[in-house]
Amino acid sequence: MSQKILPQHPLEKRVLIAGYGEDGSWTLDHYEKNYRGYEGAKKALSMTADDIIKTVKDSGLRGLGGAGFPTGMKWSFIPKNPTRPVYLVCNADEGEPGTFKDRQIMEHCPHRLIDGMIAAAVAIGAKSGYIYIRGELRLAFERLAIAIKEAYSKGYLGENIFGSGKTFHLTVHPGAGAYICGEETGLIESLEGDRGQPRLKPPFPAISGVFGGPTIVNNVATLAHVPGILLDGAEQFIKMGNGTARGAGTAVWGVSGDVQRPGFFEVPIGTNLNVMLNEICGGPKPGRKFKACYPGGSSSPLLKADEFDVPMDFDSLAAKGTMMGSCAIIVIDDSRSIPELCMRTARFYSHESCGQCVPCREGTKWTYKMLKRVVSGEGTKSDLETILSACNNMAGKTICVLSDACAMPVTSMLKKFPEEFESLLIPESEFKPELPKVSGQLGMLIDSIRERQKS
Amino acid sequence: MSEAYSFSPDLEKKFQWLLSRYPAKDAVLLPLLHLVQDDAGWLTPASIEYVASRLELSPARIREVASFYSLFRLNKKGQYVLQVCHNISCYLAGSDKLIEHIKNKLGISENQTTPDGKFTLERVECLASCGTAPVLQVNGWDYHEELTIEKVDQIIDSLKLDKFAYDEYEQRISEGGVA
Ligand SMILES: Cc1cc2nc3c(=O)[nH]c(=O)nc-3n(C[C@H](O)[C@H](O)[C@H](O)COP(=O)(O)O)c2cc1C
Ligand code: SF4
Ligand code: FES
Repeated sequence: MSQKILPQHPLEKRVLIAGYGEDGSWTLDHYEKNYRGYEGAKKALSMTADDIIKTVKDSGLRGLGGAGFPTGMKWSFIPKNPTRPVYLVCNADEGEPGTFKDRQIMEHCPHRLIDGMIAAAVAIGAKSGYIYIRGELRLAFERLAIAIKEAYSKGYLGENIFGSGKTFHLTVHPGAGAYICGEETGLIESLEGDRGQPRLKPPFPAISGVFGGPTIVNNVATLAHVPGILLDGAEQFIKMGNGTARGAGTAVWGVSGDVQRPGFFEVPIGTNLNVMLNEICGGPKPGRKFKACYPGGSSSPLLKADEFDVPMDFDSLAAKGTMMGSCAIIVIDDSRSIPELCMRTARFYSHESCGQCVPCREGTKWTYKMLKRVVSGEGTKSDLETILSACNNMAGKTICVLSDACAMPVTSMLKKFPEEFESLLIPESEFKPELPKVSGQLGMLIDSIRERQKS
Repeated sequence: MSEAYSFSPDLEKKFQWLLSRYPAKDAVLLPLLHLVQDDAGWLTPASIEYVASRLELSPARIREVASFYSLFRLNKKGQYVLQVCHNISCYLAGSDKLIEHIKNKLGISENQTTPDGKFTLERVECLASCGTAPVLQVNGWDYHEELTIEKVDQIIDSLKLDKFAYDEYEQRISEGGVA
């Protein structure tokens, strides 16, 4: 059930998973005895909401759920005198392929998350909070549920927390298997007992979120950083990362795929990708060479092996045309076929599209089908061009960014490894297969692209 | 003919507890359907009717929501649903071979159930275990990681004898889940 315990690598700096591997690291007792447990929450209760938000802003903490949005700024969007109850929601739906960091925090250090949630709740004035966890993660669910119970029995949750007169109720809520519920408005719909279909924004959740109240949705790792920031100060947090407020602190990265030692490792933000893959993860498998990686989950554009000399922080990865995403590195070596991986990536997004927006629903499905045709050796050169144009047209035109999440990696693979796709093609003259049908706006669009290509 | 369904006293207690945790009744739907599914094995028509009546929703509405989520079973499946992750990291670690092996071993294809009603085989998306790929889960949550053909054989053989940690976990979850 549980994973084997990984020894700490000398380059690791464990904050979020401090205590990982120690017996009973998930108990309140262990957390309080060894890791200044609940000192962060107490500190928050001694501060004003504005001061907490200012400290978090100064620390440079950015969301670790995928978008890297500055956390303090997000919190400051909550109206000052809300007319409806404010909610804090932890996004523990961890479903981005390649990602397995939140699970470690929840299974091994659940109290740190609760500690951080109490502090965040004080900052935004929330009296209730929910941890929306993937339905499959029952060990994490169980550990959280027990940890919450322990915290209630100590008076850290409930009414009059820590004798402060303040109230904070916390409930762990299981999802039921739908990647799209990780998108924050899909999550809110799902938490309310509906299908997890994302909502049009605005209004943003900070104005009107779950149960109609102002709502903050933050990732597990983001919230688990809050106690340390309040206790050690903003400057210390900046020092822990790449030394700037745009890449502060640590993150737990999950590394999977073609490396000698896959696993999860907490290192400072700004650690070089090469160091992660070669030193911490032991390099490629015997006799193999790295070809590429997805640096931030399966929706991040690929980096080629000659681009691996890059600090893993939000801005440096963005400068390389990709993203830090959900801190999930999937490594691909020279024995693999990029078109095959490309097809599988598109398949996932087409399977998980919630179907509300035509460009996403039809575009992901169609991209997958076309790639499947290319991989099976029946595609032509113009198919590749059509896929690129379609990807270009399905990004940025939908309710949420799932369609972008499909278009980005697919486009990067076609652009960075054209020779691998081309080697699978047949000459235009030889084969005119029936093209997969698409309906609606995207169908018209694809037809017009084909017309243009013909002339 | 479906049999009548109602909550056991224990489930009733959990239901009441759930209702106390949310400002809106509908919000208990997902956690409640998990409990009902654990209890009834799948979301039987009778259980859906009953949940609908307790939440003052239509059965069609419950079905509509439940069908959105892959963990809810709206049809009877095998006693043990073997769900193999086929996403990128698991594919890189050889999940296709595992799926082929299970198919041959059980004599079924994907989404089929063995004639004795014991096993159903399915492919699922990333299970957040990519560092310990390939991965298989039984009945939506019992994880088995770093799989090899030998390990898969062992898992299936012990499930054939009904050696499954289910009851133990179920108990601990309910202890933790109800504050
Ligand atoms: C399709 C999709 C799936 C997502 N899945 C997750 C997820 O599993 N976990 C998560 O924390 N954020 C996920 N996000 C990002 C959330 O929408 C949101 O930005 C995040 O929870 C905010 O938390 P943060 O500011 O702490 O990063 C997803 C976004 C999209 C578009
Ligand atoms: S972009 Fe796709 S997943 Fe997002 S709301 Fe539209 S159809 Fe649903
Ligand atoms: S890809 Fe299989 S668990 Fe993530």
